[in-house]
Amino acid sequence: MASTARRDAPEPPDFGILKRLARDQLIYLLEQLPGRKDLFIEPDLMSPLDRIANVSVLKQHEVDKLYRVENRPAPSTSDQLCFLVRPRVRTMRYIADIVNADKMSGRSRKYKIIFSPQKFYACEMVLEEEGVFGDVTCDEWSFYLLPLDEDIISMELPEFFRDYFLEGDHRWINSVARALQLLNSLYGPFSRVYGIGRCAKMSYELWRDLEEESENDGQGRKPEIGNIFLMDRDMDYVTALCSQVVYEGLVDDTFRIKCGSVDFGPEVTSSDKSIKVLLNAQDKIFSQIRNEHFSSVFGFLSQKSRNLQAQYDRRQGMDIKQMKNFVSQELKGLKQEHRLLSLHIGACESIMKKKTKQDFQEMIKVEHALLEGFDIRESTSFIEEHIDRQVSPIESLRLMCLLSITENGLIPKDYRSLKTQYLQSYGPEHLLTFHNLKRIGLLTEQAAGETLTAVESRVSKLVTDRAAGKITDAFNSLAKKSNFRAISKKLSLIPRVDGEYNLKMPPDMAYVFSGAYTPLSCKIVEQVLERRGWQGLEEVVRLLNGNEFAMADGAPEDGAGGDAQRVVVAVFLGGCTFSEIAALRFLGKERGCRFIFLTTAITSSARMMEAMAEAKA
Amino acid sequence: MDCYTANWNPLGEEAFYRKFELYTMEWGLKEDLRDCLVAAAPYGGPIALLKNNARKEKSPSTRPLLEIYSASGLLLASIPWKSGQLVQLGWTASEDLLCIQEDGTVLIYNLFCEFKRHFSMGNEVLQNHVLEAKVFHTEYGTGVAILTGAHRFSLTTNIDDLKLRRMPEVPGLQKPPSCWAVLTQDRVTIVLLAVGQDLYLLDNTSCSVVDKLCEFNSTIRSPPKQMVWCTRPRSRQRAVVVAWDRQLMVAGDSTECIRFVLDEDSYLVPEPDGVRILSRTSHEFLHEIPEASQEIFKIASMAPGALLLEAQKEYEKESQKADEYLREIKDQKLLPEAVSQCIEAAGYEHEPETQKSLLRAASFGKCFIDKFPPESFVRMCQDLRVLNSIRDYQIGIPLTFTQYKRLTVEVLLDRLVLRRLYPLAIRICEYLRLPEIQGVSRILAHWACYKVQQKDKSDEEVAYAINQKLGDTPGISYSEIAARAYDCGRTELAIKLLEYEPRSGEQVPLLLKMKRSKLALSKAIESGDTDLVYTVVLHLKNELNRGTFFMTLQNQPVALSLYRQFCKHQERETLKDLYNQDDNHQELGNFHVHSSYSEKRIEGRVGALQNAVDEYYKAKNEFAAKATEDQIKLLRLQRHLQEDFDKPYLDLSLHNTVSTLIQDGHHKKAEQLYRDFKIPDKRYWWLKISALATRGDWEEMEKFSKSKKSPIGYLPFVEIAVKHHNRYEAKKYAPRVTPEQRVKAFILVGDLEQAADAAIEHKNEAEMNLVLSKCSAATDSAVMEKLNRARAQLLKK
Repeated sequence: MASTARRDAPEPPDFGILKRLARDQLIYLLEQLPGRKDLFIEPDLMSPLDRIANVSVLKQHEVDKLYRVENRPAPSTSDQLCFLVRPRVRTMRYIADIVNADKMSGRSRKYKIIFSPQKFYACEMVLEEEGVFGDVTCDEWSFYLLPLDEDIISMELPEFFRDYFLEGDHRWINSVARALQLLNSLYGPFSRVYGIGRCAKMSYELWRDLEEESENDGQGRKPEIGNIFLMDRDMDYVTALCSQVVYEGLVDDTFRIKCGSVDFGPEVTSSDKSIKVLLNAQDKIFSQIRNEHFSSVFGFLSQKSRNLQAQYDRRQGMDIKQMKNFVSQELKGLKQEHRLLSLHIGACESIMKKKTKQDFQEMIKVEHALLEGFDIRESTSFIEEHIDRQVSPIESLRLMCLLSITENGLIPKDYRSLKTQYLQSYGPEHLLTFHNLKRIGLLTEQAAGETLTAVESRVSKLVTDRAAGKITDAFNSLAKKSNFRAISKKLSLIPRVDGEYNLKMPPDMAYVFSGAYTPLSCKIVEQVLERRGWQGLEEVVRLLNGNEFAMADGAPEDGAGGDAQRVVVAVFLGGCTFSEIAALRFLGKERGCRFIFLTTAITSSARMMEAMAEAKA
Repeated sequence: MDCYTANWNPLGEEAFYRKFELYTMEWGLKEDLRDCLVAAAPYGGPIALLKNNARKEKSPSTRPLLEIYSASGLLLASIPWKSGQLVQLGWTASEDLLCIQEDGTVLIYNLFCEFKRHFSMGNEVLQNHVLEAKVFHTEYGTGVAILTGAHRFSLTTNIDDLKLRRMPEVPGLQKPPSCWAVLTQDRVTIVLLAVGQDLYLLDNTSCSVVDKLCEFNSTIRSPPKQMVWCTRPRSRQRAVVVAWDRQLMVAGDSTECIRFVLDEDSYLVPEPDGVRILSRTSHEFLHEIPEASQEIFKIASMAPGALLLEAQKEYEKESQKADEYLREIKDQKLLPEAVSQCIEAAGYEHEPETQKSLLRAASFGKCFIDKFPPESFVRMCQDLRVLNSIRDYQIGIPLTFTQYKRLTVEVLLDRLVLRRLYPLAIRICEYLRLPEIQGVSRILAHWACYKVQQKDKSDEEVAYAINQKLGDTPGISYSEIAARAYDCGRTELAIKLLEYEPRSGEQVPLLLKMKRSKLALSKAIESGDTDLVYTVVLHLKNELNRGTFFMTLQNQPVALSLYRQFCKHQERETLKDLYNQDDNHQELGNFHVHSSYSEKRIEGRVGALQNAVDEYYKAKNEFAAKATEDQIKLLRLQRHLQEDFDKPYLDLSLHNTVSTLIQDGHHKKAEQLYRDFKIPDKRYWWLKISALATRGDWEEMEKFSKSKKSPIGYLPFVEIAVKHHNRYEAKKYAPRVTPEQRVKAFILVGDLEQAADAAIEHKNEAEMNLVLSKCSAATDSAVMEKLNRARAQLLKK
């Protein structure tokens, strides 16, 4: 697989400028409201904001107190209130309540709402309906892109997944298009664009329109990024549903990485307090193990700790001068490394403990069986037992979805009984969750003779209607088959290996799932980049329901164009997992190219399942 | 050639004035100008004429006639005047005609006599009538000042932002002042008026006497008809042109003056650099000779420009004198100045011949200079070409170079557009290479806006003609043109034009205005801008009745889901109506389930859930219906349990409910639920043993294990007992575990010997290894020996 003329992957471009742009704009917006003010921040925006501007920066610009936007009434006493929010109806009501309460008590203050990343008309509509539109001023903080790491950029819009794929809400497509425009203007022009999926296509078209309207062509500028690949999450749910076994994925599954950092609890820190750790390429230990299969991580860590000990041990037999040197130069680094090392070891132990408790091996075995498509009955009983024993509501749901999507839906009997079991175990309110899962196509019933419901048939009628051609069906995933088995065969996603799969020196991307399965999403990227388009993949495209596109705009020939042609932005609309990131990083290393990940949010099976749950209001 | 300076008239020491004809008037006017109301717009603008105004008897045949002419006397438009008695006409800065009526109403027409709007100068004026009125120009725009019958002044400084101001009274003013004018300085507007021998300044607060700048005695006893400034910019000479019936006088600082005889009744139009004189037969321009022209053409002038002009003429005659003149200029090193002078002077000339000879001289002189920047020459040639083309009597805009520069080319283009001279405007844009968006595109757009008003052509023709001409010219907004078409009442044409608009977002607002909401909706969706979709949806919601509104949405899934999202958070009841309309029973069911969450009382919840059940049945979703029925059953039961046992049971899942019952020792009740809800055996067994273990009720567990054959086998019993650290109990179940799992069970309970026996019995190497791995050499040597032996035997076979 490794080509003979293997080149080092180019360095990723500097994405720090994205942060600086966002910070400057925020400061400008804050200064638009001169004088002291209290700032109300949407909880979702707190971590991203923290990565852009810390509290002291905010204080410098006359922010007095900080509050969370919550359901409780705000105790603020300031005469100027500034709200930093996502454009959501709920939040508008919260603000309207504050304003109206002030009005009732005859108090007059200034209110300013800063929408991030953009304002939606619906928000203004609500403000108007609540009668406060004239009392507030609105602004937009075009903070579309947050660089989480040297190669990961997130839009931090977890709701994108549910809004678009479940509710058929197209609002965020505009934000995606604007984000692409921003990226293109700073690091482009991208000479090759590929993509698959309805949302990808719409985003691409809207972005094109925006570029045309703005008319500032980036000609003459030297691009830092040459290629871009857009993909909808619904092209590949399977990968996102599998248990993650690379270290970063496991950490995410176990502790939840939030906005690039993680809170390690007492069980990891072996003290009585939690520690917040930033997980990125700057962490020397983490950067070496993040993409590794979990089985190799322990070995690496113990080797590392032996090395560290050795370096400490050099102190013996040092004279005064050497010692002085050691203390002033190396000790700090060693201590830092030591701290990180013990944290990661702690994390590993904690992961192990949790996983063994849940019969992790057993579960992985079932997952692999599902991916390969054998022992379906046994897997189904395993899932049933999993539900009966109330192991974990999210995990049970995930397994059910995995079964459904790999098998193109459950057979009616299982569909009924598993759902009944689930409701009995985890509560009847999940009835609505099942409805959502069906709508999005994650948990469906094998259609015996294609019995479509009333809605479905209407939708499909619309799709064939030419006038509705561009409209797109809002319920695109309805009645859509996953065709996983056929695709898997076509792309040989299940590697055939003789003997043991070498996880330490993996031959391909399948290592991220212990050599049992090559992530479909990454395989598509690999294939398309290799072929410079979709030629030869017609069958796969058909099985994926089409909507593929490829565009080469004055792309330089092979070899020309410099490093930029070896930099690829992989855009995941609806979120991407750390396993996918690890797989593509591996591919990049093999092919001498650099992948940059642009995602609406980092996702995982649990996040996806939670997004489908119908919250008890 | 006649002496060039023949028509020069000196005034004082330095200045000369000349008067020359711009046009012979083509208008064939029969009336005397004095019998008409006249107004001519500055900057070579159009002339408005109201005939028959003075006649008091208003027989329909002799109605006053309002006519508008170009400066060359070509009729642009005319209408019979049907409104009230007019006192004054005047032009705004944007060439609209103001007609001031006696009652203080001001009517505004465009230069094609099309009525635009009207406004009133206030009640006081209405009562006292307008005696006199003046139109004046300020930084703000165009103003109107009125002298009322009560000898009071009222004025507004900007007719587009009407604020009426009544000036203070002038003490002792019993009759109209002999003369008055409106002045503006530093954004303050004041009225200057003459009462007898004195001059007064009337500002916002008071009236004060002013000093005179200078006095001039005309020796004519009758008062002059008109008096206007005649001064070019930067001139050292101040001059006023004063007109009587048959005499025109230019008076300045000096005691002398220039007198012209007027053959006809004339009307003066002040311009920034001179005065236009209109009469029945001719249109003349009187101005001070600019310095450059003076230098060149003054008799016996030795200025460099004059010498250069002479040199060039000699050169053409092939005379060596050319060289002498040239040398003279060059010796003084004044050649660049000479060239500049000639270029500048060319601008001031009206006759193309004179322009040419001056430019030729400049061009000739340029040849002898190494590096003379060409821009000024080229620009002058271009400017003159533009000026000559608009001065043509067919166009009739007699702009001077000075006026043109002050007006700017953009405004000139606007004026051409206003006169509907689109081809000329486009030619000028192209000739001057103006950027398309400011130039050609803008004019084409104006043309198109005019084109849509042509009612004699069909919609198809007009739309086609417009698209042919406009194509994809950048900066053209088809939606603006369409808006104009709609304003003219041509909705169909507007829709056709909108089809050419490439940005669908631009189409939406107009479509909404035209009440083509459904089309607007699909265009909004096409644009991909969800805000736009919301705008249309909201509009539809207000415009259509609810039923039609929902129907429209049903056909547009994108809009529908957006609206649903909105309703979910803001108007939940609407959501229900939406589903009802669509007979979407599944969603209705979900809706009721959702509402049950917010119900506080059990009855409320049960009620909501019951509704859901009904809807699910209608949706033929038996599963959901049954599940919800079960939920109702469970809720009711939980309420009873809660009352009976005084413990919170509500909102527990069925599993947890039963589990809690067992943990609390209510085995009968648990049993009943097991039967009522048809809990599968496997689940029940799992549930029961873990609940019993939690309770520590090992006795009951043993009893239960013997009640019948376990559907989950006995390994779970072992596991659960071990989990609760009860090895003793665990051991009881190990022997009952199926043979395949027995080794695992024995290992779990820590009985390695039995585990080993079982493994040996199975002859299973993997199991033997497993047991071996659990053994420690210190305590389990006997077992290890036994296992190793068995394994060796197994391998031998």
